[in-house]
Amino acid sequence: MTGGEGISFEGITVAYRGTVVLSDFSLQIQRGEIMALIGPSGSGKTTALRAVAGFVRPTSGRVRIGETDVTDLPPYARGIGMVVQNYALFPHMKIEDNVAFGLRAQKTETGLIADRVKECLRLVGMAAYVGRFPRELSGGQQQRVAIARALAVQPRVLLLDEPLSALDAQIRRSMVEELAKLHRDLPNLTVLYVTHDQTEALTLADRIAIMKDGRLCSFGPSHGLYSRPPNRFTAEFLGRANLLPVRIEGPAEVGLVRVRFGDVGLTVPAHPTLAAGAECLLCIRPHDLRLAEPHHGNRLGAAVTHVQWQGDHHVLTLDCAGTVLRLVSAPLREPPAQGAPFDLGFAQVDATLIAHE
Amino acid sequence: MLVWSRSGRWLCWSFAAALIAAVYVAPLAIILAASFAGQWNDVLPSMPTGEHYLDAVSGASGEALWTSVVTGVVASALALLLGTWAALALRAHTGLLRRILDLLFFIPSAVPSVSVGLGLLVAFSRPPILLNGTSTIVFIAHMILISAFTYGNVSAGLARMSPDFEQIAESLGARPAYRLRHVTIPLILPHLIAAFSLSFALSMGELGATVMIYPPGWVTLPVGIFSLTDRGDVFEGSALTILLILTTLAVLIGLSRIPTKVAPR
Repeated sequence: MTGGEGISFEGITVAYRGTVVLSDFSLQIQRGEIMALIGPSGSGKTTALRAVAGFVRPTSGRVRIGETDVTDLPPYARGIGMVVQNYALFPHMKIEDNVAFGLRAQKTETGLIADRVKECLRLVGMAAYVGRFPRELSGGQQQRVAIARALAVQPRVLLLDEPLSALDAQIRRSMVEELAKLHRDLPNLTVLYVTHDQTEALTLADRIAIMKDGRLCSFGPSHGLYSRPPNRFTAEFLGRANLLPVRIEGPAEVGLVRVRFGDVGLTVPAHPTLAAGAECLLCIRPHDLRLAEPHHGNRLGAAVTHVQWQGDHHVLTLDCAGTVLRLVSAPLREPPAQGAPFDLGFAQVDATLIAHE
Repeated sequence: MLVWSRSGRWLCWSFAAALIAAVYVAPLAIILAASFAGQWNDVLPSMPTGEHYLDAVSGASGEALWTSVVTGVVASALALLLGTWAALALRAHTGLLRRILDLLFFIPSAVPSVSVGLGLLVAFSRPPILLNGTSTIVFIAHMILISAFTYGNVSAGLARMSPDFEQIAESLGARPAYRLRHVTIPLILPHLIAAFSLSFALSMGELGATVMIYPPGWVTLPVGIFSLTDRGDVFEGSALTILLILTTLAVLIGLSRIPTKVAPR
């Protein structure tokens, strides 16, 4: 029911009273793709979304939806659907009128409106609530209605601005699943999803763009960005990361290099630009560190400084030659004592070299 | 709670009750008593009668009541229209321009009403715009005096409204006029009603400017009350005052019962 189109940011810069909040931002979002835009507060992610919606006028650059340059179009002429954090359901309208709002505003044929409203509410599981007012619904239900309202106008792109931030953790988890299902039902729908929640981004997005200080810091397929972060900020913002200062010694087998961390030599995947002698960081995710086993070629001696049980897993904080490392493991029957020596190991494939910034 | 002891609270309540009785209740009670009095030569009025009310709703006094209601409704509606327009136009602006225009809109509330009356009298007593001696100049005077309150009320309503509502409406394809009619106005309707109510109440009681500019055929109730009491007819003046209060209250109660469907989330 929704025919999506791609979104192009072409060198978008946005400045308020001389303060640049988005700088030379370029990004292509493919038709039918979910692109998550993540970053800390003030990184420019919401500004980028609002530039697509038309609520922010770029100082320079162009925004395209499909082949159409929408930079100078008013928001009502852009063909978008938008969902915001606080739902913004019109409190004076019943649910069916909320969902029908865009259709009526666009003067859709009256006979079609009822069918479209019913279809959209059914899609989000809210068909039974047509006659209620927003204040009679829970937060999760209101957000479903907000999504139905955005979909009812058959938007060219769907813009989601932290749509789950106002919900509690349990409802948020189920809503993430529902959004994923919704996209399976509407595979052509292009979604720009702004969030500061890395779990939402990793769960939902085909690709992730990470913003920092108004600039695009990195972007790529979600899995690749997580498992092979291109820079320190990405490694630390998208999941947790252990970063060991290392020096590249030279090539090992094909595609691998030898690096030195203190007195320890390790073999890890090569970096495309870092050569022998380079000082850099070695990124290993906490869940990729293990108690060393015989097959582990990469081993590190450490001492346990803290053990924390978090229900379905343990977090071990370790001191490895002065560097603090974190290890996440399945719940341990007999966790190591504080100060106990711990022989760490990790697979070559789980390590990534990152250049110093 | 500022006062913890039971006796202290009783003392405070008693003081407050005495103050309210002396400042608010006693004058109203005396006016009410006077409006039914045939004579008042002793501590209490005597020879109770309803004749003052019959006089008040007929003849010139009755016309004054109608004149006040029409003036209040027309001036409040004009002030609401202008105040809403100004508030909608100015909310997009910030900085010096906004501050200057804000000040301009609030000036009438700080200027004595007599000054407004005098200003209008001087400005519109000669061509090209000759309004002296017409009811229009009364409407304009009332509108100027109450417009600051409508502007302030509507501005507060717009400031409280999340911009998300209007932006979502726009994103769904609503053009500005459609958005204004179906989203903005309904969402600030409680503030519009409050603004109109306050304006109407202020207009119904306005005397300072009106007494300087009213034409012979457009005597408002406060002017009528002033004339009656000035001539020594305190009892009919009291009856008119009670009618003024009741009429204003009736309109305010009616306005407060308009359903807005906008409830806080």
